This record gives sequence, structure tokens and C-alpha cells, in this order.
Amino acid sequence: MSDENTPAEANAKRANDIDPHPQAGPGAEEGDRAARAGEIELTHPHLAALYTAAPAEPEVIATRRGMWGPGTEPGDTSGFGGLHKTYVLPGVTEPPFGGWFDDVADKMAELVPGFATRVSVHRGEITFFVAREKLLALARVLRDDAALRFEVCVSVSGVHYPEQVHQELHAVYELLSITHNRRIRLEVELDDADPHVDSVVPVYPMANFHERETWDMFGIVFDGHPGLTRILMPDDWVGHPQRKDYPLGGIPVEFKGAAVPPPEERRRYDQ
Amino acid sequence: MSQQTQHDPHDVFAGPDETVSGPAYLANGADWDQVVESQRDRSDETIVVNVGPAHPSTHGVMRLVMEMDGETVVSLRPSIGFLHTGIEKNAEYRNWTQGSTFVTRANYVAGISNEAAYSLAVDKLLGITDALPRRTSQLRVLMLEVNRIASHLTGVGAGGLELGATSVQEVCLRERERCLDFTEAVTGLRMNNAYIRPGGVQNDLPEDGLDLLDELIRQLRKNLPEIAEFTMDNPIFKGRMQNVAYLDLPAAMMLGCSGPVLRATGYPWDLRKSQPYCGYENYDFEVCTADSCDAYGRFVIRLREMDQSVNILEQVRDALAASKAEPYRIEDPDLRWPGELTVASDGQGNSNEHIRHIMGESMEGLIHHFKIVTQGFHVPAGEVYQAIEAPGGELGCHLVSDGGTRPYRVHLRDPGFNHVQALPLMCEGSMLSDTIMAVASIDPVMGGVDR
Repeated sequence: MSDENTPAEANAKRANDIDPHPQAGPGAEEGDRAARAGEIELTHPHLAALYTAAPAEPEVIATRRGMWGPGTEPGDTSGFGGLHKTYVLPGVTEPPFGGWFDDVADKMAELVPGFATRVSVHRGEITFFVAREKLLALARVLRDDAALRFEVCVSVSGVHYPEQVHQELHAVYELLSITHNRRIRLEVELDDADPHVDSVVPVYPMANFHERETWDMFGIVFDGHPGLTRILMPDDWVGHPQRKDYPLGGIPVEFKGAAVPPPEERRRYDQ
Repeated sequence: MSQQTQHDPHDVFAGPDETVSGPAYLANGADWDQVVESQRDRSDETIVVNVGPAHPSTHGVMRLVMEMDGETVVSLRPSIGFLHTGIEKNAEYRNWTQGSTFVTRANYVAGISNEAAYSLAVDKLLGITDALPRRTSQLRVLMLEVNRIASHLTGVGAGGLELGATSVQEVCLRERERCLDFTEAVTGLRMNNAYIRPGGVQNDLPEDGLDLLDELIRQLRKNLPEIAEFTMDNPIFKGRMQNVAYLDLPAAMMLGCSGPVLRATGYPWDLRKSQPYCGYENYDFEVCTADSCDAYGRFVIRLREMDQSVNILEQVRDALAASKAEPYRIEDPDLRWPGELTVASDGQGNSNEHIRHIMGESMEGLIHHFKIVTQGFHVPAGEVYQAIEAPGGELGCHLVSDGGTRPYRVHLRDPGFNHVQALPLMCEGSMLSDTIMAVASIDPVMGGVDR
């Protein structure tokens, strides 16, 4: 037990401690990043063609308000100022990404120039945010090129970020190269009003069920899928349950006149 | 009776105002030659047979829709979702520690694997993977391997049962019960343990834990070979399994197969070796392969993997003896569960010292206990994917945190979900009875498939 260091404060500090430039991939130290940035242009000439346009900064994914906090006025020590915190996902990582990440990114940019909207390296994993019209072409070279050779699309899933306007739905592809023993992640950001993306089933037949599940749970439409039907929910189900705006429902349990509300309407302790 | 086997043009199951879509054929029993005669004019037709969702050989509630030409499967469509319980959605409304309790119920036969994939993903998101004490990883490996044996015993036993070999199931369940008894002694529960948690494990080994482990190893060493002895050379067993549910390496790659299905093609891919986690690189074990690409190969691999798991148990036993009384979870007070949970004869609970401390000695301790238990800890915003080698193959956990005390998104990539896709390729063109063997050979657990 460490009662001395006020764990609640430490907890809040941890939540605020969001590194806008998270650690680079294997082997890259912050110190030699600048030195390597010049060098990387020579060894990996295609990295410059990675992006379609200047990468956009990631958007806020959550805003939390609480009763207690330091407030915004400098002299306010009352503690009644209110808590106001914003959260963003790990942001854009500029090349060099470190280790084999650069080799893979360079090869991808050579074969499909301008495929990425941004790249994020976080916790030793690399995520390429892919322009949706380039996804299928990119998947094909990722599988077929000997230097890339990502044979397996391990998983396709979705994430719903209702606060990211025009990029609410993300389709997330986990790729595995058994040949090179590497993993990368592709992510396609889609507008909720136009949730269409090309199916990767022609390249990765194993994505069939995974894409059906992502359609079922999030409503992302995979164009060209051989049979995009619901897989977990009943065929006549209305709505896509994993979306954040999907009501949880719940059965009001009455006890002496009071009813227990569904979970998303209950008091939260995670502010 | 024989008259009723003639096709009756009216659908006897249709309601009074339903239009008849086609003749219904009833098999009410007749002499065989009469049945054959009555069906002669339809001999080139295919029929659609529905198996499940509640059928004893579908490993839970899976439905197989098969188009049959006689006894031959023309096409097969697996239909799943009957056990969808919204585990991933539910986990978004509970704190990070409670997530273990939910994901363990996905593949309930290998629940510890789910907990491990989830907890390792949270550890990675917290950035504490390298800070975990060695005893944490040892305890995780211990329970993972005991659970792997229990899961393989279920797969092998259920496979035997589906062939009609009830004694295989009896022996396997007997040995599995030993594994579950040990699991209960360590975690307090037979199944749905929530033992492996973010930042460590729920509790340390009980005082007699190593003795119980020694006894478990002794029993498994003695009894596991028995299963191989009365099955592997059995001509009926081989006749039903060899060259059945054939899936070679290109097909397995195309369908993203992993685990015993991939290793039965001769490809030695095991994430415990290729992308080690929990310190698996410190243990000496073999990756078992077969080159027959069939149900028999997968069966043999499961038997041999159980032996390898016992090898790991012996090594982890020595490692645990060496790390006795060392911390068994992360020491950071902002992350670890307050107090020491114990498993005692009267069940699980907090230690008396901790209760005395927070109730009688320290207001701050009480506040801290309340904050960690009720609110939970914050996990920095980010996204990770962690894969482990579950008994069925690659089990992945894709986690997104928005910086709060609850997961923003939890996705489990269950090997069974992926392998069910491979059933049509394994079964089309084969006999109906081989389909049952194909399902048994991929050992899907519908809790994990449907989540």
C-alpha cells in the first residue's frame, strides 16, 4: 500500500500523460531520430511518397467533465473549478519509424504511392491509416511482394468513434507475415454517411467471416464481398450493436418502485 | 405406413393458409425396396440437410446447412451466431480488471487463454510488459499450459465421442477433471476463472500449490499415454480419421488457419516459439507437427502437444520453486489490486490484514481501495493487438483505449471463428459422416466463435 502518494492524483496524472509523439519502433532512440531522418531519405527514398496529402492530426476521441478539478482560472484553489480533459489517440509518427518498419513502409510506398493518410507507431506496433480507394491494391502487394509477404489477414474488426466527424467508422485489418515474422495494422477511416470500403476477400479469402462480422456489428459495407450477410445477429435484426450509438436496452428491474437503468445510463465512475 | 413414404404433394407441416412450396417427404419406415422404389424418379436430385443448431456433434450450437447428393456433401454452409452473448460490447461498460471476467467466458473451454490474450494486451497498452515480475509470467504459463491440456482433452474426447467411442471421452474427462481440480485449487474456480488479470494474476499459488502440481504432473505422465495407446493404432479410429477433412498447406494459408490445423500440414508455426510472450522463450518444448493434412494428424498433434505441455509444467514447477515469495503481480500501487486475494477453504476473499488496514488504520487506504476497485485504473489512449497461441490456434485481442478506466473497444479474434470458414473446403465432396469428423478436428468452441 502506498497511502502517501495520493493514488487518486497519480491516477489522474497517468490519464493526462499522453505522449503526442509515442515511442518509435524497435531499436529507435529519440536521440538519433534527427540524425536518421536525413539518412533515411537515402536508404528509403520512397518514404516521401507515403502520404496522399499532409497527414492530418488525430482528432479528439473523448472529452470528460467532472465536478472536481483545478479549473481554468489561475488563482482558483477551491477545487470546485471542474474537471475538463480531452483525450486523443497516439498521433502521427513521422519517418523514420525505426527498425523494419521503415523497410516495409518504403516498399509499400514504392508499390502503391500515396496510400497512407497518416502512420502511427505506438507500443512497438505500426498502424497505417490507408486511403480507402487504395486498400485493395495495397492488400494485393502486401500479400504478393516478396519483401512484404503478409500472407495472413489475421483479423478484420471495426471501431466506432462517434466524435471523429466524417471518420466515425474505422475498419481495422491485422496482417501477419509468417515468412518475415512481422505484424502490421491497416486502418481505413470511413464516413458514417458513406461507410463503403472494398472487400479484401479477393486477396485474403480468410477475411470473409471477419468482414461479415464487421458489417453485422458496425454497418461497414465491404463492396465486392461474396455474401455480405449478418453472421452473429439474426438475419432480420435491425441496427449494428457494437456501434457506440446503439442503445444497450436492458430490462428495468423494479425494486420497491425504483428501476435499474441500462448500463450506459447508470452512474459512471470512470471520469 | 409404407403408403406415407410416397410423396405426398401437400406439405403436411404447412398451416391452413400457407402456400405449399413443394412436396414434403416423410420417412416413416418401410421395407427398404419400397423406399428405394418410391424414390427412384428422384435419384438425381440433391436434398438440403440441416444439422443443428442443437446437435450433439456440432460442438455447441452451430448449424450446418448441407446440400447432399445421396451421402455426398455437395455444398456446406456453416451458420453461427447462436451463442452470441455480446461479450465485446459488455466489456466496454466495465473497468479494465473486470474485462478478464468477461473474456474468459468467450471460449469457455480454454478460458485462461482468453484472459491471457486480453491481459497481455492491456499490459502492452499500459507499457508495463517488461516491468512484470518473473513470477507473474511463470504463474501465467502454468495456468495456460494446464488449461491447454484441459482444452485438448476436451477436443480429443469430444472427437472420440462423435465417432461413437465413448470410452475416449470418459478417459479424457477423467484427466480433464484433474486439471480442473488443480485449477480450482489455484484460482478458486473450475472454469470462468478471471485468474490472469491486467498487471498480473489474481493470487499467488496456495501453500500446497507445488505439491498439487507435482501430483498433477505425476498423474498426467501416467495417464495421458493411455489415450494414445488405445486410439492411435485403432483401425476404426484410423479409418474414420485418415485422409478425412483434408486441408493442405496452401489451403490452410489461404484460409488463415493456425494451431493444430496449420501444424497438421507440416508447417511448424507456433506463436509460443515465433513471437514469444510470458517468457515462453525460456522453456524447452517441441512444436508438434504432422504431414498428413487430415483429421488424424490434428488428433495426433493434440495428443503430442499435451505431452509437451507437461514438459513445460515440469520446467515451470522448478521456476516457481525458485521464485517463491517473490511478487506475483505488478507492484505499482496505482495498478495492482489492493490487498492480497486468497483462495481458502471458505472461498475467495481479501486478507484479514488488508481489511484491518483499510477499516481500522488508514482512511487513505480505504479511499485507495475504493478508487481502484470501483473506478479502476486509467489506461493511456492507444490501440494494440496481442496474439497468443491458444489451444485452437492464434487467439488475438485487439484493444482500443480512450484513456479512461474502461476499454473503448475489445475484439477477440478467436481461432475457432476463423476455422469454421474452412469447413466447406474440408467437407465438400466427402461423405456426410466425414463432416462430423471435420468439425471435431478443428475443435471449435462456440462460445469463442460467437462471443
